[in-house]
Amino acid sequence: MNIIVVGLNHKTAPVEIREKISFQPAMLEEAHGKLLQTQGVTEGMILSTCNRVEVYSCVNDIESGIREVKEFLSAFHGLPLERFEEHLFVCSAEDALRHLFRVASSLDSMVIGEPQILGQLKDAYQTSCKYTAAGVILNKLLHRAFSTAKRVRTETKIASSAVSISYAAVELAKKIFGSLDGKVVMLVGAGEMCELAAKHFINSGIKDIYVTNRTFERAERLAEEFKGTPVNFNEFQHTLHKADIVLSSTGATHYIIKPEDVTEALKARKQKPMFFIDIAVPRDIDPKVNDIDNVYLYDIDDMQGVIEANVKGRSKEAEKAEGIIAEELKVFIHWLKTLDLTPTIVGIRERGEEIRRKELEKALAYLNGLSPEQIKVLESLTSAIVNKLIHHPIVALKTHAKDHYRDMYLEVARNMFDLADKEKEEPDQELEE
Amino acid sequence: MLFYITLFLYLAATSGYISYVITLKKPISILSTSILIASFVLHAAVISLRYPELGHPPFIGIETLSLLAWTIVGIYLLVEWRYKVYVLGSIVSPIAFILLLLTVIIPEGEIVVPPYLRSVWFPLHVGFAFLGNAIFSLACAAGIMYLIQERQVKGHHLGGIHKRLPSLDVLDEINEMCLFVGFPLMTFGIITGFIWSNAVWGTFWNLSPRAIFSLITWLLYATLLTGRLSVGWRGRRAAVLAITGFSIMIATYFVINIIWGGHAFK
Repeated sequence: MNIIVVGLNHKTAPVEIREKISFQPAMLEEAHGKLLQTQGVTEGMILSTCNRVEVYSCVNDIESGIREVKEFLSAFHGLPLERFEEHLFVCSAEDALRHLFRVASSLDSMVIGEPQILGQLKDAYQTSCKYTAAGVILNKLLHRAFSTAKRVRTETKIASSAVSISYAAVELAKKIFGSLDGKVVMLVGAGEMCELAAKHFINSGIKDIYVTNRTFERAERLAEEFKGTPVNFNEFQHTLHKADIVLSSTGATHYIIKPEDVTEALKARKQKPMFFIDIAVPRDIDPKVNDIDNVYLYDIDDMQGVIEANVKGRSKEAEKAEGIIAEELKVFIHWLKTLDLTPTIVGIRERGEEIRRKELEKALAYLNGLSPEQIKVLESLTSAIVNKLIHHPIVALKTHAKDHYRDMYLEVARNMFDLADKEKEEPDQELEE
Repeated sequence: MLFYITLFLYLAATSGYISYVITLKKPISILSTSILIASFVLHAAVISLRYPELGHPPFIGIETLSLLAWTIVGIYLLVEWRYKVYVLGSIVSPIAFILLLLTVIIPEGEIVVPPYLRSVWFPLHVGFAFLGNAIFSLACAAGIMYLIQERQVKGHHLGGIHKRLPSLDVLDEINEMCLFVGFPLMTFGIITGFIWSNAVWGTFWNLSPRAIFSLITWLLYATLLTGRLSVGWRGRRAAVLAITGFSIMIATYFVINIIWGGHAFK
């Protein structure tokens, strides 16, 4: 059994391509169905966020599996493979597992440590379960990924840094505006960090939120999520005066908010202060904006300066996180290896033999003075019972070893004969957090 | 005796507020406020007990400093109750302490109350002017804090000072509130001054340096008020104007009132 990932994300593909390949929630049922019908795919899960579209699948053969999943993406979105193949990344086996663990732990995020991705991954997994696309292996794998993410979150300071940027942004806004009640936030562009900071602001009591984005649909979608108002990207500068706090994170290569725009906005709002947070790299807002009276501009470096201490330990923390991932990976790979026919049959036989031997010794201790013949009879009797008992399970396993239920049968057998590893199982409540 | 207890309490409140600013521990701020309220009440007793002894209202000579201190503390307590800006207390209570201390340090000669100060308009004139001055002194203190805090936020230096100062918006709001309340009081002070002048000398306008500077200050605050209401002068500009206005007022008070001996009446 092999696990592969085929997908694209913020590192491999520009947003225009990511948007074309992304899966809307309404498409997911059909998509999971089609994925499972794909030749050689036994289990599947689709993770689609604004920064990544990744298809995780269990396949019989790596090479053909990768080709089939690529074809699936192309066919489903009606886009010729040549149009986006160069942006796809592919990994398999241990690399695929490591990739998933890194994604779950937010090490692969645009803003390392941002916590949203874990929630998105949990959603993706639940959707996949709902459409019965996740089987034994993905179940086990995702639970392992979630507990890895949890360990990374609690044992390293990776998460605290991203959270503290948005926390610092809110605290800073409070130092400018006093209370945030009744304040209005505008999101320019829709990066993960922006969304995260916006959530923090919403929890602090802001009144309204405007969202603008180069593609209007995405602005609409995000506005809906935050119960805000979408604004056309071509004329968002004219709405600027309504916002007290502006969070910007577009992929623009030049400044999109210039001092003139801000002076104009300030006039319209009678010089009421404005707080700009520019998370984009390269920056979206001309640094000269900070020179205007009653305007405060912080770029990503300024924000990180605010939480300097955390940033200092960042690379060390990432190293620690990779260490945790390596450990968890080892545990999972060990489990995956046992989930094979031969070790399972051997395990069942050994378990039977172990029980037989133990019980026989007990019985022989009672029955003193048995002749060697008598002992031999007892030996063959017990052996016969054990072999007959395990014969049918083993035949069933062998029969299903070639079909769709292979992993399920193996897993059930391992559980029934108590062959499962003694390592602690993650409780399911992990998912409901 | 009561006087010295009051003086001591102001010193205690000062150290209380300052240690609050350093430690940021809530109980210390509550304790400091309680001490300041006690000083305020005792101070009121001191002023009213002194009144018969003096033989003249506490509006003239060195006694004015004591009254000024009391008014500032009273208004500060209102501001603190409304805006919870304990940092301001660490500026106000030492000022009250110093002003009160000055009344014992500066020797006062015999004061002969001239008959023109016995008019009913005089206490009204001075009363309004006092309240106005006290309020503008707080506007000035808030303005100074605003400039410091603005510098921290704009310069992206978010250290200890930044943490201890109130938000820019609160400081600007105090400035605004002081302007809205202080300006009418100051205006009343000037109008009653005119009436008093007319009642005593038969002329509304007295070309004394004191009167001229008061008018300049009034114009400055009037400009600030108009600017704030019409084009939204706020923040930095409002803070600078509040500081300038109060500096002129202080200069007028010390240079003209004390050194030249009050209004230079012809």
